[in-house]
Amino acid sequence: MFEKSVAGKRGCDVPLWDGPNGEALGSGYLRDEIPGFPELSEREVVRHFTRLSKLNYANDEGPYPLGSCTMKYNPKVNEKVARLEGFAEAHPLLPPEAAQGCLQVMADLESYLCEITGMDAYTLQPAAGAQGEFTGIKMVRAYHESRGNPRRVVLIPDSAHGTNPASAHLCGYRVEQIASDERGCVHLGFLKERMRDDVAVLMLTNPNTLGVFEPEIGEICRVLHQGGGLVYLDGANLNAFVGVARPGDMGVDVMHTNLHKTFSTPHGGGGPGSGPVGVKETLARFLPVPRVIRHEKGWRLSSDFQESIGKVHSFNGNFGMHARAAAYILANGAQGLREIAESAVLNANYLRKRLEGVYHLPYDSPSLHEVIFSDKHLEKHGVKTLDVAKRLMDYGFHPPTIYFPLIVKGALMIEPTESEGIEDLDAFVDAMLRIAKEAEDDPEVVRSAPHTTPVGRLDEAAAARRPVLRWSPHTEKSRS
Amino acid sequence: MRYIPSSPAERRKLLQVLCLDSVDRLFDTIPEPFRLKRPLDLPPALPEADLVHHLGELSRKNLDPHDSAQFLGAGAYRHFIPAVVDHLISRAEFYSSYTPYQPEFSQGTLQSIFEFQTMICQLTGMDAANASLYDGASALAEGILLAHRAKRRNQVVVAGYVHPEYLKVVRTLVSTLGIELKLAPAGESGACEVDRVASQLTGQSAALVVQMPNFVGRLEEIAPLAEAAHRAGAVCIVVVNEAVSLGMLKAPGSLGADVVLGEAQSFGVPLSFGGPYLGFMAVKMEYVREIPGRLVGQAKDAQGRDGYVLTLATREQHIRREKATSNICTNQGLCMLAATIFMATLGKQGMRELSMQNLSRAEYAKAALKKIPGCRLPYPGPGFNEFVLELPKGATAVHRHLLGKGIVAGLPLEPYFPERKHDLLITVTETNSRGQIDRFVKELREAL
Repeated sequence: MFEKSVAGKRGCDVPLWDGPNGEALGSGYLRDEIPGFPELSEREVVRHFTRLSKLNYANDEGPYPLGSCTMKYNPKVNEKVARLEGFAEAHPLLPPEAAQGCLQVMADLESYLCEITGMDAYTLQPAAGAQGEFTGIKMVRAYHESRGNPRRVVLIPDSAHGTNPASAHLCGYRVEQIASDERGCVHLGFLKERMRDDVAVLMLTNPNTLGVFEPEIGEICRVLHQGGGLVYLDGANLNAFVGVARPGDMGVDVMHTNLHKTFSTPHGGGGPGSGPVGVKETLARFLPVPRVIRHEKGWRLSSDFQESIGKVHSFNGNFGMHARAAAYILANGAQGLREIAESAVLNANYLRKRLEGVYHLPYDSPSLHEVIFSDKHLEKHGVKTLDVAKRLMDYGFHPPTIYFPLIVKGALMIEPTESEGIEDLDAFVDAMLRIAKEAEDDPEVVRSAPHTTPVGRLDEAAAARRPVLRWSPHTEKSRS
Repeated sequence: MRYIPSSPAERRKLLQVLCLDSVDRLFDTIPEPFRLKRPLDLPPALPEADLVHHLGELSRKNLDPHDSAQFLGAGAYRHFIPAVVDHLISRAEFYSSYTPYQPEFSQGTLQSIFEFQTMICQLTGMDAANASLYDGASALAEGILLAHRAKRRNQVVVAGYVHPEYLKVVRTLVSTLGIELKLAPAGESGACEVDRVASQLTGQSAALVVQMPNFVGRLEEIAPLAEAAHRAGAVCIVVVNEAVSLGMLKAPGSLGADVVLGEAQSFGVPLSFGGPYLGFMAVKMEYVREIPGRLVGQAKDAQGRDGYVLTLATREQHIRREKATSNICTNQGLCMLAATIFMATLGKQGMRELSMQNLSRAEYAKAALKKIPGCRLPYPGPGFNEFVLELPKGATAVHRHLLGKGIVAGLPLEPYFPERKHDLLITVTETNSRGQIDRFVKELREAL
């Protein structure tokens, strides 16, 4: 883009203005031109970004079975409703009487999420799952502080998402890992042994990152509660059991959910996300402010909650994502949401059945929405998980998540979601089976993959040693 | 359900392959007592047409943006968005793709991030920018954490009028880490007094935070503040929450800022009741390994072809877990792309003209409003597109009265500063026509 820039070009004119020009500020404030900033016509901008878009693989193009990421279909109507002018042009600081529509969408979404998860109250403020985790643990801390002792330790299973320990750490807690048992689940014995009055909370992902439902969740919650601790549910994987069971009925005290995973908001190449947090009544007084509350003339925002942990977002959270998620819930209804879980779990188990044996299954506990294989059977051919992932691109599929969860060596974490039909599932299986065969017959073709993408494997180590993080005429010269 | 591609017959076929007689068996591992024995109590499923109708009705319960004149900013700004922005970010290749963890399949996203990083550096006069953060408030919190790590000090001096909502978020996000915020209030002019700020800086100060333009719309003298910060060995953090101002104002990096961060919603991201927005952070090279969030760098493949990768990932939570310096996992992907396209479309000339025109319109409104009997500008010094107007009577009631006339008369400041019962923070952008401004002046004159 920068190298195409030609002085004097522009892609947009500023609006007409028939008033006087403002008095120029003193030269102490004014800048010279912005050095290096692009000058392009609208035509060239469109060509450039259209070309860039074609270098991406997209969910709308084909299967994108990234485990733990849930690349489900993003309904087009959601994009339309989020762009309705009444919503898109609503300023966050409008007085409540001028923003009743937005406030009602937020209040409705909160109530849907309460019903879906069995929690008592929600905040929609966190801008992403990780910020939701932080918000949840911060409320846990506030709860313990209100009882005189914030406690010191957060327990986290070794299969957890990396954000869990990072979030706990930022809330001032020491993190202790709980080892998994042979099924890949929380080791109840270890947990009981470790549970003392210094433990503030257990952060549990359920189903866990192996795609396995923690069968002893009831007992786990009991152990924590008996010791005066709380249970935080990383609800990232709610899509596996939405409409089938509710965390709130299992003893969970606080949880977040990622609107993109269960409720179809688009991933957008890395965001924006949204990570609402639900709590039981005991924790509701600590929820972030402002909260949407009902009064005689409709909805308004209130910060009048003395024990609140405060604010985590500049304004009201990612409303555009709230509107999309509310639209998705309304489009599905209760039956539709349950079908999502059913289809997602069915698809994952079908893939498991078809690939098991050819690919090594490190844990044979029953899978819900995702299944984790490893590269153990391919080792003898000198082929690794990374190679399989790259080779899948040559067959036109986005690779699964790789090398996560950390407790599986060479993990291949496959999550088809409910959005794949039988034909695409079979095509994906065929590609995986062919790659396994290639690993035997012609391992080099797998090891040197991908062969058909715009670039091959990039030297990430060299890129990190001498980082080039911005364009400059100088870098351009050195490249040519 | 219309979003699920498999038919009931196909699903039965899959069940047969799994030797299961019913879908319920898929959930055998969920303990029986926890399985829901009833359907969820949710509104009935809506066909697409009814869904659009329903949400359309809700959207019209908000103030009609076409039938009102709005002078509201304070960290979220209404700017014109060229049609190319929404058109291009709506391409499925961008909006339905994931974080670019597989670079061979994500060069489009990666290169656009690299271009975003570059333009943010050019605008701010910094060496490196990340791929974006949640919003301006969390960007400030992350900037303070960066300074805390880099300097191993626990105090932060907040100079003058920094957005009060940002400070609330900062308090939530950093409070358990033992970081103390010291406020150095602005002077009578609404801008910082360098001596007063300098006297707050000590050997314990990790950072000096100053906002430009500040919350009451005044420009700050960055250079002497940065010098004072450096004398104390502290990081100078400049917060920008109206990114359009960077089109005409000196780059903070050229004035001594070490970290420039804030909100870039103004660049092509709709107001959308507060989010999703676009936090950004740019730093001088010495802090690049401390910067949170994603970074994209150039790389080469085995054949020498140029490409882009996520880089310096060892800083990130998914690698470092409890030792991570931040728990940020996402960037604001699509909002960042919108801003990249917005900046490229306006270009060098357009950015400057847009900025100048915001100033012109605000100056025009300011000149007319201050002539209303009883009204005054408590901070008449240099500003950009925002200013405080002091009314001869309580601002909240006047604000409500004007709302009835289809005018959003800025933001009453009383909720933020209880003693400022008469003050409105007024914002004028290129979306406010001369007619709108004139009508605002006329209605306000009549209301007083």
